[in-house]
Amino acid sequence: MTEGKIIKISGPLVVAENMSGAKMYDLVRVGRESLIGEIVILKNDKAFIQVYEETAGLMCTQKVVSTEEALSVDLAPGLIGSIFDGIQRPLDVIRSKEGDFISRGINVSSLDKDKLWHFRPVAKAKENVEPGDILGEVKESKIIMHKIMVPPGMSGQIEEIKEGEFKISDTICKIKTKNKTVSISMLQRWPVRIPRPVLQKLEPAAPLITGQRVVDTFFPVAKGGTACIPGPFGSGKTVMQHQLAKWSDADIIVYIGCGERGNEMTDVLLEFPQLKDPKTGESLMERTVLVANTSNMPVAAREASIYTGITIAEYYRDMGYDVAIMADSTSRWAEALREMSGRLEEMPGEEGYPAYLGYRIAEFYERAGRVICMASKEKSRQASLTIVGAVSPPGGDLSDPVVQATLRVVKVFWSLEDRLAHSRHFPAIHWLTSYSLYSEILEEFFNTNISTDFSKIKKDAMRLLQEEAELIEIARLVGVESLSDKDRLVLETAKSIREDFLHQNATHEIDTYTSLAKQYKMLKNIMSLHEGQQLLSEEKVALKNILELPVTDKITRSRYIAENQMQKFEEIAKQIKDDIEKFASFEKIKKKGKQREL
Amino acid sequence: MSFKEYLTISEVNGPLVFVKQTEGVGYDELCEIELPSGEIRRGRVLEISKDICLVQVFEGTRGIDVPKSKVRFLGKSIELGVSPDILGRVFDGLGRPKDGAPAIIPEKTLDINGKPINPYARAYPSEFIETGISSIDGMNPIIRGQKLPIFSATGLPHSRIASQIARQAAILDKQEKFAVVFGAMGITFEEAHFFIADFKQTGAIERCALFINLADDPAIERLATPRIALTCAEYLAFEKDMHVLVILSDMTIYCEALREVSAARKEIPGRRGYPGYLYTDLATIYERAGKIQNKPGSITLMPVLTMPEDDKTHPVPDLTGYITEGQIITSRDLHRKGIYPPIDVLPSLSRLKDKGIGKDKTRKDHSDLLNQLFACYARGKEVKELAVILGEASLSEMDKLYLKFQNEFEDKFVKQTEYERRSIQTTLDIGWRLLGAFPKTELKRIRQEYLEEYYDNVSKT
Repeated sequence: MTEGKIIKISGPLVVAENMSGAKMYDLVRVGRESLIGEIVILKNDKAFIQVYEETAGLMCTQKVVSTEEALSVDLAPGLIGSIFDGIQRPLDVIRSKEGDFISRGINVSSLDKDKLWHFRPVAKAKENVEPGDILGEVKESKIIMHKIMVPPGMSGQIEEIKEGEFKISDTICKIKTKNKTVSISMLQRWPVRIPRPVLQKLEPAAPLITGQRVVDTFFPVAKGGTACIPGPFGSGKTVMQHQLAKWSDADIIVYIGCGERGNEMTDVLLEFPQLKDPKTGESLMERTVLVANTSNMPVAAREASIYTGITIAEYYRDMGYDVAIMADSTSRWAEALREMSGRLEEMPGEEGYPAYLGYRIAEFYERAGRVICMASKEKSRQASLTIVGAVSPPGGDLSDPVVQATLRVVKVFWSLEDRLAHSRHFPAIHWLTSYSLYSEILEEFFNTNISTDFSKIKKDAMRLLQEEAELIEIARLVGVESLSDKDRLVLETAKSIREDFLHQNATHEIDTYTSLAKQYKMLKNIMSLHEGQQLLSEEKVALKNILELPVTDKITRSRYIAENQMQKFEEIAKQIKDDIEKFASFEKIKKKGKQREL
Repeated sequence: MSFKEYLTISEVNGPLVFVKQTEGVGYDELCEIELPSGEIRRGRVLEISKDICLVQVFEGTRGIDVPKSKVRFLGKSIELGVSPDILGRVFDGLGRPKDGAPAIIPEKTLDINGKPINPYARAYPSEFIETGISSIDGMNPIIRGQKLPIFSATGLPHSRIASQIARQAAILDKQEKFAVVFGAMGITFEEAHFFIADFKQTGAIERCALFINLADDPAIERLATPRIALTCAEYLAFEKDMHVLVILSDMTIYCEALREVSAARKEIPGRRGYPGYLYTDLATIYERAGKIQNKPGSITLMPVLTMPEDDKTHPVPDLTGYITEGQIITSRDLHRKGIYPPIDVLPSLSRLKDKGIGKDKTRKDHSDLLNQLFACYARGKEVKELAVILGEASLSEMDKLYLKFQNEFEDKFVKQTEYERRSIQTTLDIGWRLLGAFPKTELKRIRQEYLEEYYDNVSKT
């Protein structure tokens, strides 16, 4: 075992000598309190170490011991419903051990090693297995069946496999490989910086349904896709992330609070157990894993938290689940990189960020995808890992290097705007600047599963919004009154799309989640009213009358219609027809009357 | 206890002193430097390597020489002695008495760097604080345990707003234990005097602890002041069960001191010369606000900062906004119009408001009402811009209503006097009365049942 001595301390960076033999990215224990650190540079016999805990009080000549293992996470039943810090130490256990404040050098195991889980084998003795094959199952939470898999890099014949109550480190199975018999427990360890292997990557095919109208209808993200939410502070990034974590139809959610507010994590911890997953009806906490490294916690652990989170997510993906990961915020992670890079005296790239920033970001987002999981051929299964990253550019300026590097790799861009947030239009996702490159791939899904005219209606609505932007420019110059009736109708309908459809109140018990079917019906009604109004306008009905149709008020309030009262949309649709026809026929009668007089 | 003395200073540069051949010195340790004149200054270890130790001197390096000055390392971080007697006292930026009275007899001493609150131990802030200011209570309510900064600019009355909040929030709960901790970093004598005089006049001084580093006090000392103030607040809140309001003014000046040290260390600068770790540094200050489960006390933090050139994207307000739970922004336009408090409600935000308002907290219609007021005021502002271009005559009837609403809102809702304390009921009723100008169908953000209950009863009276 390599043991060296500290020769320099500067913030989270510690340099030790006599470290020859230690490897890059080895985990080390630093100083008297055995603080956890990771080697990031080796120079002759000197090791540069980023320390994951506060370094105050460390002294030169104190020892540094290498553990000869890379930074890894424990993967076994017990992850769901937990809250970890950036290096997978459970915060609840730390609290019961150390009190309300986090102190240093705490040595706790990531998962409860004494808890008994009921293991039920799926594979049988004498069966040949390969990496990723499912050996058995453990009911981890009310809704999650935790699959115990053959660890990567191991194949052979099952010699023995037992059912029963086990601790995570107990042997549940013995596999005879080429050279020897290996005992397998439910616990796997995996180094966080290395992606877990998959058999094959696939094109995304289905949307991640989030219940957020602007997202699902206009800028959908695919299961296995990547999305980013950049925006200045106060534009609603975190609320958006919380909404996605709450209502997405993924099986598992991994939520990473990376360098953000402590109260936000508390909010998740308190709120999620109360909320019900629309798919299963169970508490949201039954499918959620939290990683919290708040802004006042050590900066190096913030850098690690993203990797800890995604490795846990990949582990569940390997079981065959659709997993979504919310990272809030990747800018804080990039800042942690910058801070370490500065202390290492590396030559900076843009804005002081290290030159490898773009690569690190791309590498992270590439861990997403729809995949065929590792397993032997006949047991293959599909799964997906979706990444949604928030980005916090300084001053909301999108030319920020982190935003730019992110936009180069992600496929969905939800652009949050200050101006919308100020007028309390939430989610403040701007409908003209945002984009989703999955729209085309997913068109088929929407058209077959929701309605054949789904994508047509969506495109029509988007065109109106485009036209609105142009008309507003003109109106600014000449005044609204001088626009033609047809143009004024466009403005009115676009306003209705914005206020009655795109705007969504996250705190309203019904409005917070809208199913795809309801989204379609809401938008359909708005668009068919528009069509009818256009007809009336062509028949020269006065604009004032067209705009004051009684049904408009119902459309405005249709967002508050509960999911189990869908028939109300049909009623509104009928009323639109009636309202329009009433006018149309009335006009016709009048016309006829005039003709008679003539 | 005696400490090894070093006579090995090799370089003095700006706020930094380099000491050679040190042994057993800890990172972030406190040290004393004895000048040839016998004067003692305090410093903090910023970096150590095998043969050299870098010390940042709080009181400035003037008068320190290379051959004769002595350095003693004290084997601990900077600490603050605390006891309940700390209330009613005035201290300097490093926690030494400034009011002429003797030093307090500490019940215990605490490391001023504190420790991060375990997110798992936090209680989510949910108690509404009635400040009596409509633009805050009605639109951007402050919640106990929140960190809500005031973004201001030179020449605006942020001090008056901060002291009005401190004064009026304190009155609310006479039976509950309430305290104000005031940390001043680099503000002028006049500003500091304003706070002290105001607190004295209203008797609030008895429940205040003030830590004052004035504009002409040593700049580096300011780096310790907010931490000292918060250590005092943590003691009062979490050990003495008090509700503590901490006001820190002015964070921009604090950040400038941080930049000075960073520049002296020749670190790679981030935006506008501020160090890359500014976010982390500010977070270790702001995140000390909060509430802890099963503890009755709370720390509500209200940092005040001046935005250089009224620029919200300047690194100090920008990074602050990313850490704090909202912001209250003052507007020069409103101030010019003679509106006090000149709070610009649109860009202001209180992130924690949702759990602190509503039924049993303020009133059930609060949330819908404030959303509607926001929407109408925002539309009114847009119409106003339009009116400038097109002339008021060419506005539609509805737009004219919005324009009128926008003016009334500023005049009746935002504007109030410095000693006026509006109850939340009054504030909300003013809001409803202003909305009475619109037809019911225009108020889309409000639930039907509330419209029925309040629109007819309040708006139309």
